Amino acid sequence: MRALLTLLLTGLAAGTAHAARPEEGALGLQPAATRIMERLHFFHGFVMVFLTAVVILVLGLLVWVMVRYNRKSNDEPRRFSHNTLVEVVWTVVPVVILVLIAIPSFPNLYYQDAEPDLDKIAQSGDLDDPNVYPEAAEKGWLTVKAQGNQWNWTYQYPDFVDDAGYAMEFVSNPLHVGLSDDPAHTQDAPRNLAVDYPMVVPANRYIRYQTTASDVIHSWTVPSFGVKTDAIPGKLNQGWFLVEEPGVYYGQCSELCGVNHAFMPIEVRVVPEDQFDRWAETMMEGDYDAAAEIVAEIEPLDEEATRLAAAQ
Amino acid sequence: MPMDEITLDQAGQEHDHKPGFFTRWFFSTNHKDIGTLYLIFALIAGIIGYALSGLIRWELAEPGIGPLTMFVAGEGDAAVEAAKHFYNTVITYHGLIMIFFMVMPALIGGFGNWFVPLMIGAPDMAFPRMNNISFWLTAAAFILLMISMFVPGGSAGNGFGGGWVLYPPLSGLKGHPGPAMDLVILSLHTAGIASILGAINFIVTILNMRAPGMTIHKMPLFAWSMLITAILLLLALPVLAGALTMLLTDRNFGSQFFVPEGGGDPVMFQHLFWFFGHPEVYIMILPAFGIISHIVSTFSRKPIFGYLGMAYAMVAIGFIGFIVWAHHMYTVGMNLDLKAYFVAATMVIAVPTGIKIFSWIATMWGGSIEFKVPMLWAIGFIFLFTIGGVTGVMLANAGIDHILHDTYYVVAHFHYVLSLGAVFGLFAAWYYWFEKMFGVKYNERIGQVHFWLMFVGSNVIFFPQHFLGLHGAPRRYVDMAEGFQMWNAVSSWGYVITLVATAVFFVGLVEAMVRRRKAEANPWGEGATTLEWTLSSPPPFHQFNTLPVVKSEGGH
Repeated sequence: MRALLTLLLTGLAAGTAHAARPEEGALGLQPAATRIMERLHFFHGFVMVFLTAVVILVLGLLVWVMVRYNRKSNDEPRRFSHNTLVEVVWTVVPVVILVLIAIPSFPNLYYQDAEPDLDKIAQSGDLDDPNVYPEAAEKGWLTVKAQGNQWNWTYQYPDFVDDAGYAMEFVSNPLHVGLSDDPAHTQDAPRNLAVDYPMVVPANRYIRYQTTASDVIHSWTVPSFGVKTDAIPGKLNQGWFLVEEPGVYYGQCSELCGVNHAFMPIEVRVVPEDQFDRWAETMMEGDYDAAAEIVAEIEPLDEEATRLAAAQ
Repeated sequence: MPMDEITLDQAGQEHDHKPGFFTRWFFSTNHKDIGTLYLIFALIAGIIGYALSGLIRWELAEPGIGPLTMFVAGEGDAAVEAAKHFYNTVITYHGLIMIFFMVMPALIGGFGNWFVPLMIGAPDMAFPRMNNISFWLTAAAFILLMISMFVPGGSAGNGFGGGWVLYPPLSGLKGHPGPAMDLVILSLHTAGIASILGAINFIVTILNMRAPGMTIHKMPLFAWSMLITAILLLLALPVLAGALTMLLTDRNFGSQFFVPEGGGDPVMFQHLFWFFGHPEVYIMILPAFGIISHIVSTFSRKPIFGYLGMAYAMVAIGFIGFIVWAHHMYTVGMNLDLKAYFVAATMVIAVPTGIKIFSWIATMWGGSIEFKVPMLWAIGFIFLFTIGGVTGVMLANAGIDHILHDTYYVVAHFHYVLSLGAVFGLFAAWYYWFEKMFGVKYNERIGQVHFWLMFVGSNVIFFPQHFLGLHGAPRRYVDMAEGFQMWNAVSSWGYVITLVATAVFFVGLVEAMVRRRKAEANPWGEGATTLEWTLSSPPPFHQFNTLPVVKSEGGH
């Protein structure tokens, strides 16, 4: 029974690994791959309750006045033009709604934007608190710098330095640029999303990503991570994420950057730590293709399926 | 000069003597003629801007780069490369034209010029010759913009393809070294001067030329909305002009304001731009607010509910509009506490906006509503603007905006408030004042068909774009990734519906001009209480030779 459940969950995990790409006809947010995005899912749903209520209220009132107070039903218009009570109500109620929206909004913003203190989390983080990952915090940060260029991304891993002191760095080019010699698009290489050498990060590690640009402004984003940060020449921005579930996640440049703006996708392969280590080692040896081969198939995690996978 | 002397001077023009054609339309100093010129101008610019949006929807209807290759030189892959840049120029010029040369000239130059003097009981604008300069500078600015589409932008082709926001370095020498961008700058400078002069004209007219007895708190809400709009223009446009000038000197004279390798900061341009850009969106919507108030009141046969609240809600929107600009820039790497401030300030705007929506409904409440064409547009406006408003509340929250920024969710949001807001307001005003302006009646049935087709079509275009944006579809993409196809196709079919609607609009215009049904001074009956309805349709070439006296009852 337990084996069956594990199998089922692994199957689900494999499913989510490929779900982090746009789904045809989808109505809502992409599935969450990080706690940041999971909180945004909640926040979006929470705010939508109020927004839908307001729209339905306005529509209902409009329909009511159109039915009740049209010329046929009501030939003699009333002459009032003030009612202090309703004016106070429709000023105060929106204020209350805005305060209710603000209550989750600000903590969400600070959760995403303020870099977590890993030492503190490692020492005193609550294992049951979904917002922190004490085990991951013990391993410290892994930093990846994404530099936007017209029209590809350069990824640099400053934690991996060769003997000469240079950090590991490679260019991630799009597979498809809208031209006739584009390779065919497949399940593994979705059109306008796939790249030759993807960014690779380990699952369940705190990732600090930094963005900058070499020419014009670009923007680095992965929708299912819930992050987007502009890559601006002369400026180094940074943010963080932690992905629980191994998989392939896609994003696209999100600041108009010229001719091939639509053709500089972001592909992130999140793999188990040991697979990441093998990839990084091969990259350090300079064999990009062999390294790409290593992460072509994403291995499952050793431990049981993670909290996020179970939640989905 | 004593008042009675003016009356005497103008007695000879009682017969409505009009100057000859060339003098009348090219050297015009008459606010009504200039208003008409602005409306014709906006109509022409609107057709071009609308055609450009057609190219966008055509290209995005199917995956790959197809339709646009027909409009560029070259064959095969060379045409595809050229089409990518062409797409970027199309979205750029669509935005610039619709904002600066369609909505603003129509609402402010067109209806503002026509009806502010009529509504406040003034014979004309305060500075009629300046009014003329404003119009012709706007026309010159439009010509500059059109030329810029056809001169080299950069290595990729003609025209500037960096979006209407003109962010450097893409708008600098690095992104677009060619003269197209310089022409865009000169065009916006010229349009900006025109708007500043126009704004001064409106402020002086409204503050000094109201009819005897019309205190500021009795002034019609459309005049209120134009006063606030003019003040916003006067304060916001010089900031844009400053940013544009810095960009111009960066490009041509070696300054480094926005050039990072010279110590400049591209983000500073964004701050300056949006300090103008955010008030700009209220500049586009406030006049529509004023128009909607009059239409709702007229066709409900009821005075406007909460007149003072309505006026000061607009004042509040105008004021807050100046302190929320960086909510357009949540992803640039701003200080976290600063983001929190902009979240809070932005959400506050929902309160005065809510007051306006509910006051319009309260104006209808207890009324005797007649569903004439202008009222249909007004009710459509109220509902659709509400949808655009609530998505604005969503976007105000920096946390969720981090993923919605620069996606189709934003495109859907601002088209709901502008395309289905400001433009619905425009059409409402068009039908409301059609008879008054042109002296002929439009066909009621054709107007209704126009409304319903446009209502359905524009919703089919823009509602699915919420889904695309939530799911991560980025803006300004010539070719969408796999997974975004279906809703794009739906959106493009919506455009086809609006094409039919637009055809019906022109049929209605031609029909009215051919049939020439005699206009009435006041076709709307007792609900229409503002001063323009006391005049003939069309009004005399010079009106109010004897100033009307406003009696002290009611709000306006």
